[in-house]
Amino acid sequence: MAIIVDSDTRLVVQGLTGSEGRFHGLRNKGYGTNVVAGVTPGKGGQDVEGIPVFDTVADAVDKAGANASLIFVPARFAADAIYEAVDAGIATVICITEHVPVHEMLRAYTYFRPKGITMIGPNCPGVLSPGKANVGIIPGEIFSEGSVGLVSRSGTLTYQIGHELTQFGLGNSTIVGIGGDPVVGASFIDVIAKFEDDAETELIVMVGEIGGDEEEKAAAFISEHVKKPVLSYIAGFSAPPGKTMGHAGAIISGSSGTAQGKKEALEARGIEVGTTPTEVAQMVADRMK
Amino acid sequence: MDLYEYQGKELFRRVGIPVSDGRLAVSPEEARAAASSLGGPVVVKAQVLTGGRGKAGGVKLAEDPADAEQKARDILGLDIRGHIVRKLWIEKASDIAKEYYLSITFDRGEKKPLFMFTTQGGVEIEQVAEENPDALIRLHVDSSEGFQPWIARRLIYGGRVEDASEQKQIASIIEKLYKAFVDFDAMLCEINPLIVTPDGEVKALDSKFTVDDNALFRHPDVSEMRDTAAADPLEAFAREKGVTYVKLDGDVGICGNGAGLSMSTVDVVAHVGGKPANFCDLGGGGNAQGVVDALEVITRDPQVKSIFFNIFGGITRCDEVARGILEALERLDMSTYPIVVRLDGTNAQEGRKILADAGKPNIYPEATMLDGAKRAVELAR
Repeated sequence: MAIIVDSDTRLVVQGLTGSEGRFHGLRNKGYGTNVVAGVTPGKGGQDVEGIPVFDTVADAVDKAGANASLIFVPARFAADAIYEAVDAGIATVICITEHVPVHEMLRAYTYFRPKGITMIGPNCPGVLSPGKANVGIIPGEIFSEGSVGLVSRSGTLTYQIGHELTQFGLGNSTIVGIGGDPVVGASFIDVIAKFEDDAETELIVMVGEIGGDEEEKAAAFISEHVKKPVLSYIAGFSAPPGKTMGHAGAIISGSSGTAQGKKEALEARGIEVGTTPTEVAQMVADRMK
Repeated sequence: MDLYEYQGKELFRRVGIPVSDGRLAVSPEEARAAASSLGGPVVVKAQVLTGGRGKAGGVKLAEDPADAEQKARDILGLDIRGHIVRKLWIEKASDIAKEYYLSITFDRGEKKPLFMFTTQGGVEIEQVAEENPDALIRLHVDSSEGFQPWIARRLIYGGRVEDASEQKQIASIIEKLYKAFVDFDAMLCEINPLIVTPDGEVKALDSKFTVDDNALFRHPDVSEMRDTAAADPLEAFAREKGVTYVKLDGDVGICGNGAGLSMSTVDVVAHVGGKPANFCDLGGGGNAQGVVDALEVITRDPQVKSIFFNIFGGITRCDEVARGILEALERLDMSTYPIVVRLDGTNAQEGRKILADAGKPNIYPEATMLDGAKRAVELAR
């Protein structure tokens, strides 16, 4: 097992003929992901190195049996692409695109949330289940198969922690980048609940950062519903209030959203928080002995 | 992007929320002219992107044009919480019978817009929330439902507004504020205070307006309102270069790729006893030119003594970053800066080799993030 993507994933890439979509779509295919289709309006009938391209997601579902979508379209078309995938019956939607306007995501979220689909992103690196499927831009070669579930709001910081784990000989069941925007599809809680139910995952690492209260909510959820050990890392202890730190969602407003506040909320629920990525990896290694 | 009061009021005016007549002035003479064209007493208001203007002496009543000129002279150049006053909004003075508060913001936790209304206006809203929570009416809006008249009724009856004419005017303002919030892709629209004049007229006496940066492409007119002169000069320069940069107050310049790793690098430098000079994110696809731009921004800060590059290649290729560092050494005068470089991930071997082959005395390769941070901190001493 693994979560969200695995060997049953039949992927359609929305925006496959664009430069980013093509580069990463082919990389995902090279990793072993079953990429069954691409979608670019007006380019139906073409192909990208053998992957058939359709005009609509509905065609990709009907004719190629797609069950998951990876979105690489420009920001102003991203919400439309999400609605199209959901309305075509796709149950897993992963949106890499960054700079999607908040109001558009807010409306889309309100629309797809009650439908029970798994939406990851936007502004995220994607999902990788080592040895099974890679959907997005995570460099697959850094990670190996194993039993640590990793969920993060960041991309490169996840690679850093994955790399540190590899130094200890530890692999991952699935790595999920949920994205750095104020409104994203799946929350920490959604992903952690999936890890809790996943037979392959033995330990969960949650990588948070400043802004919002998702980490605090996850802490409460973990203490009530999660039996597997959870460790955490939070980025942004040195961040000044009122300044966006790269991610649209990474901002301390007033006294809320600070790294210290998150650390305290997690520790109050018995969840250990490492001070550096290296220390988190060490803590994971100690637990997995 | 935060708007000044006068810019927010311009957007209020466009959606039909009543505001007082006013003029912008950047000199005492302009303030005088503005006051005489408006006629009667005016309020001279500092335009700064921070709160607490009144307490800092940034808002003053002027009886006539000569007085307005004098008050403008007093206020221009004031430092209000680190913001220097360069613009004034000269507005017709209003008589105030009552002060209310109305705002709509984006509640991240609930993922819904949130209206807040209270008749206890004119003070800090946090204070009302703390001392008199029942007086603060909070109401979430379902984005798919949009604005419905019951929302205004809940706020008005909840806040115990009893006068029928006030009720009608406030209901209309609530609906228009929601329209402004959605139409301009706002993150926050706040009216504090929303006043009632002795004649019973309701209007917005102040405005706080924040627009989603990611939606500015849809609002070129709002985008043009950005005041580049008011930003930190280093951050403005970074914006011009397309570099994500936040100035901090230390001596170790930091450059990472990706927001999370860059933030974590700042933390790790502080953790090993250093003082980070900045947050700087090359972004996902950092190429050689991006590296040169980032170094140009980082070295403009005179406090910087050493620089730490912490790169984990994903889409970013480490050989590109290495080339960028060498290119920057050619093009900028960087011989006085020790540069600690840690490369991992995509094409890290190639990147390390490029740097080693160049044999530059001020480049210090390190194998891990932690060791790199320690070395950069030592070199800044």
